[in-house]
Amino acid sequence: MPKNSIGLTAKSWAVLRKDIQVEFRSRYALNAILLFGVTTLTVVSFSVGQKNLSGELYAALFWIIIFFSAMSGLAHVFVREEDAKTATVLRLTADTTAVYWGKLGFNFLLLSLLEAVITPLFLMMTDAILHHFFLLLIILFLGAVGLAGATTLIAAIISKASVKGALFAVLSFPILLPLLIGVINGTTKALTATGGVTQASSELQLLTSYAVVMITASLLLFEFVWEE
Amino acid sequence: MVWKIVLLVVMTWVIVGAFILPAPQQAIGEASRIFYFHVPQAWVAVVAFLVSMVASVRFLRNGNRLEDDRARVAAGLGLLFSLLATVSGSIFAKVTWQSYWNWDPRETSILILLLIYGAYFALRTAVTEPERQARLAAVYAIFAFVTVPFLMFVIPRVLPSLHPSDSIVDESGSFAMSLETSVVFFPSLAAFTGVFIWMYRLGRRVTTAERLRIEE
Amino acid sequence: MYTLEVLGLTKGFGPRQVLKDVSFSLTVGDSLAVIGKNGSGKTTLLRILAGLMIPTRGKAVFMHDSQKLDRAAIRQRLSYVGPELALYDALTAAENLRFFGKMRGISLDNELIVKITEMVGLSGRENDLYRAYSSGMKQRLKYAVGLLNDPTYLLLDEPTANLDEEGRQIVSQIIARQKENGILIVATNEQEEYGFAEKQYRLDG
Repeated sequence: MPKNSIGLTAKSWAVLRKDIQVEFRSRYALNAILLFGVTTLTVVSFSVGQKNLSGELYAALFWIIIFFSAMSGLAHVFVREEDAKTATVLRLTADTTAVYWGKLGFNFLLLSLLEAVITPLFLMMTDAILHHFFLLLIILFLGAVGLAGATTLIAAIISKASVKGALFAVLSFPILLPLLIGVINGTTKALTATGGVTQASSELQLLTSYAVVMITASLLLFEFVWEE
Repeated sequence: MVWKIVLLVVMTWVIVGAFILPAPQQAIGEASRIFYFHVPQAWVAVVAFLVSMVASVRFLRNGNRLEDDRARVAAGLGLLFSLLATVSGSIFAKVTWQSYWNWDPRETSILILLLIYGAYFALRTAVTEPERQARLAAVYAIFAFVTVPFLMFVIPRVLPSLHPSDSIVDESGSFAMSLETSVVFFPSLAAFTGVFIWMYRLGRRVTTAERLRIEE
Repeated sequence: MYTLEVLGLTKGFGPRQVLKDVSFSLTVGDSLAVIGKNGSGKTTLLRILAGLMIPTRGKAVFMHDSQKLDRAAIRQRLSYVGPELALYDALTAAENLRFFGKMRGISLDNELIVKITEMVGLSGRENDLYRAYSSGMKQRLKYAVGLLNDPTYLLLDEPTANLDEEGRQIVSQIIARQKENGILIVATNEQEEYGFAEKQYRLDG
């Protein structure tokens, strides 16, 4: 066999591509997450649609939708491997760090897709007014990185539990709190006239440092979860 | 043995002193006496988290199940004391500001600590195989601990505070407790820590004995 | 010279003792059949050696010229093929091979994939979904994946399960080659499979 050495980046990329391929052919997680998101959004819009609420309230509702949709689909990337028994071969052959980066990337893409679908729908179906587009874009990006960064490790943890149920949400929520505070406050500033990127600097700092810290911690801890 | 008697004496003094001596914060009134109990409880809850986290790190490094026993016991006590702190704080909030819960930063932080402990045990219950349970719990304890700096520094800046902020160190940064208050508060801190250590040692011996019995 | 030293391997699941004090020593050219009735811990032993499970006590030491191999090095030089393994249902055989090749650090072009599938008797079926394969074909593909890294240490659990005559022949060839250049451990309770290895280790009760 030709032995070219393939670097960590290429291997991570391969894991990501493989997960995208498999997901694309079954669309299980994607359906779960989008369906949940759109359904919740519809309920929100139905009860709140024509009323004129504050930016804070809209921000909170938006991120509630995103958080619970995330909870319904982000564990899939590991749970599916365990259920289908493909995790064993992956463990035997793959670089642990590459597995983490690949799965992290997948969850980030899943979240980005969710945000891309829900955000315009949210703005259309409620009376929320987007005052600072660029700020919202940054918040959505950092929010997705942070959310994926914090929950990918937890997804790996619960995939090895015998009883899953609501465990993913229970474990994730306390850890996500700083992120949720950051994105909700940041989004509020994007939805209010007086907000703006410069106004939201502390939120942006919080979100960036959170993402960096959680991903770093995950990288260090992942091997203890993945390798039995 | 002696130290347990000392602990009894100190704790008795604390309980008596908390009610006999003048209330620590006159502005708030009699309810501020809860300061002598509530703050040490919160302190112990945080210390327990630290102990649990350190034991978890040790466990991941050397695989010694004793460390996992330590982590589990400390977490159990952390759960207890954060529950006590949340409840005592909530009672105080009701009496002073007429509402049980206000999302003040410190209230939020202790609630999050409570949620983390709850999640820790939910995880342990959900994993049946002992080795795996110990390892996953250790990972979670460490991961959750990493969010603590965010909670400590971020939340107070982002949420408006109701907590009396000048009870221990006032605006100018110098020590603000009167002699009468110090004389009850510091012994209380020591006494609650003493109770924690006592319960921790007992708990750890029981947990380890239980585990060894099962393994035989 | 690659070696494997197993010292006092013990595994219990709660109160249930599955493995008790397993010890043996192997070097390149050695082949071992781990024998025992169902539930005697054969698969557990292999899984521990493959790094998929942590023993309660004892250890398995992989060495190269008196240098201990770390986890990453072991992973590179070891392969495990067993019935509880599964490849990706939603991918074709070729895609599975290409992916696991990448994981092993190898880029497989189409030519190589054709060669590999030929070696395990799956010619012409490389673009079928793994899901569509029969259990015998799946077993063959698992071998293909298992051999991608040219393993020094090859662990086989029930090597001829689900295989027809042709499949068994292929496995015999694989095993013969492995015995020349590497270390082979076979877990089985089939008489016919005992012959695959020179040495035997009995796991009983």
